[in-house]
Amino acid sequence: MSVRRLAKEQPESFAFSEDTKAKAEWWIKKYPESRRQSAVIPILWLVQKQEGWVSEPAIRAIGELLGMAYIRVLEVATFYTMFQLEPVGKTALIQVCGTTPCMLRGANELMRVCKEKIGDKDVLSADGRFTWQEVECLGACSNAPMAQINDYYYEDLTPETMAQIIDDFAAGQSPKPGSRVGRHTSEPEGGARVLTDPTLYDGSRAKKIKSLPNSQPAAEKAPA
Amino acid sequence: MVGILEDKDRIFTNLYGFHDWGLEGAKARGAWNATKDMLDLGGDWIITNVKNSGLRGRGGAGFSTGLKWSFMPKEVKDRPHYLVINADESEPATCKDREIMRHDPHLLIEGALIASFAMKAHACYIYLRGEYVLERERMEAAVKQAYEARLIGDNNVHGWDFHVYIHHGAGAYICGEETALLESLEGKKGQPRLKPPFPAGAGLYGCPTTVNNVESIAVVGTILRRGADWFASFGRPNNTGTKLMSLSGHVNTPCVVEEAMSIPLRQLIEDHGGGVRGGWGNLKAIIPGGASCPVITREQAETVLMDFDSMREMRSSLGTAGVTVMDESTDIVKAIARISYFFKHESCGQCTPCREGTGWMWRVLERMAVGDADPSEIDLLLDVAGQVEGHTICALGDAAAWPVQGLIRHFRHEIEDRINTYRSRRANFAGHAIAAE
Repeated sequence: MSVRRLAKEQPESFAFSEDTKAKAEWWIKKYPESRRQSAVIPILWLVQKQEGWVSEPAIRAIGELLGMAYIRVLEVATFYTMFQLEPVGKTALIQVCGTTPCMLRGANELMRVCKEKIGDKDVLSADGRFTWQEVECLGACSNAPMAQINDYYYEDLTPETMAQIIDDFAAGQSPKPGSRVGRHTSEPEGGARVLTDPTLYDGSRAKKIKSLPNSQPAAEKAPA
Repeated sequence: MVGILEDKDRIFTNLYGFHDWGLEGAKARGAWNATKDMLDLGGDWIITNVKNSGLRGRGGAGFSTGLKWSFMPKEVKDRPHYLVINADESEPATCKDREIMRHDPHLLIEGALIASFAMKAHACYIYLRGEYVLERERMEAAVKQAYEARLIGDNNVHGWDFHVYIHHGAGAYICGEETALLESLEGKKGQPRLKPPFPAGAGLYGCPTTVNNVESIAVVGTILRRGADWFASFGRPNNTGTKLMSLSGHVNTPCVVEEAMSIPLRQLIEDHGGGVRGGWGNLKAIIPGGASCPVITREQAETVLMDFDSMREMRSSLGTAGVTVMDESTDIVKAIARISYFFKHESCGQCTPCREGTGWMWRVLERMAVGDADPSEIDLLLDVAGQVEGHTICALGDAAAWPVQGLIRHFRHEIEDRINTYRSRRANFAGHAIAAE
């Protein structure tokens, strides 16, 4: 397990923005009225979107909003590793996947580039714009190695494309997420080898089905 | 032809997202076709057909989906029933549910309606991993389309009031364990519950709940449309159906593909993965079903089939069919050490054998990766792995032990060589220093 603590320096106060407040209410409505606590993870995430990180006053405010004890929100905020407990880069939070499938395809090289360009892992860059972290499997293993930057996935990276992406962010651009070797998504590089039959897409599958298979009483099998 | 499965028999026809993911596109590809007729045939008909199709859970454990559904109480009493869909895809090497959610979300929503109807649930929560932001946005948009078209919601065209709610986590692998997922959905730390009670008796908010993997639910509509016997015609008995498989690591063209169960692993790699980097002879080892599955060797990979039984014969597991290929250049000890680090990082800390054992195993493996260990520590490591396995509330302890056991089973000699090399290079090692005098 990972040991996570709140940052030493904390702001005086926290206030929900109008937008965050509205979105929080929308989340709370997804759960039964007596189960408002269910919205704690989505609301912590909204707060992180608003502030960039999760501070102690924010944790208290969420507790009040959801009728939860402070300690219950604190333990959720410290348990889940997506919550940043101290300020991170305002321009880009770069999370490089370092788990075995990405490691086998060069994740360590990507991290070397990050270290050269930004500095040490988990440390906010001097200008406050960048942070990079090594994270565990992000679930895009067929597009390894990859990194999540802010919200989206940048896939099939090389040290060169990683460096280019960091430079683009530094120059104030928002590089497009996705594959960097020309793949559309997770098809093999060079083009899909399956799903080429045009009849899958001509609408023939939407034709009315007269009778579902095994739906006639005679054909029905006894419940196992 | 590439692989075994023909295009006409694929369920996920928009796997790569080349076509419209939205409602119109999904309908044109056959989603939401005859759904009302399925519901009219009744819950028992649905469950019987899902059982007859032989569908086994696609999240890794491989339990019969139809049978799982039949564990739910037959009648709704004082507590509502829930369907919870596990979209916390986090097992290293697994990236299949993601493709369903971002490219074929309507198959999932349709399956959720059918499954919920069969289990008399009016509400379904889909728990996505927090990092899947794009997938969550896509799912929210698809759910909105389904509400607007009155396919779901109150007074919908199917005659079964039904709500789908998208929920998300925040980066905890353990929340893929069903009871940890329920805890997390209730707004708590994701620490697994003791079973019994099982979720079918007391799950979400203490109500009867079934937790299913995304793929298990998303295939249901097509199975019922085309027939249980159609689905059961793929793969060997007890291992039927089609399955999304993901290829990663040292193959020429990593990809996700839907294939027939029981396809030979070698054929999967050569047809879809473009072969092992440097040729089949350059293959060192394969992790066949996600990081928790023990490695298999090249000799085993020659003959093994991608199904539950064949993998078990090789003392490994099909898991999620997320295949990681490692060629001869791989430092296998380091690769497994990295997996051990993953489990150390993801242990929830509740059970001592796992909390302490995962970190201990990782530290020893890191030393072994450079050779800085004693040969007797190999057996000690095996012993510790055995003490973690089976002694924890959930299967994360087992999952952490299996890769270590697999490594020692097949690559013990590499660890020993590493230790010998390390020692021979250190002149001041006991014995060497004396000999030099």
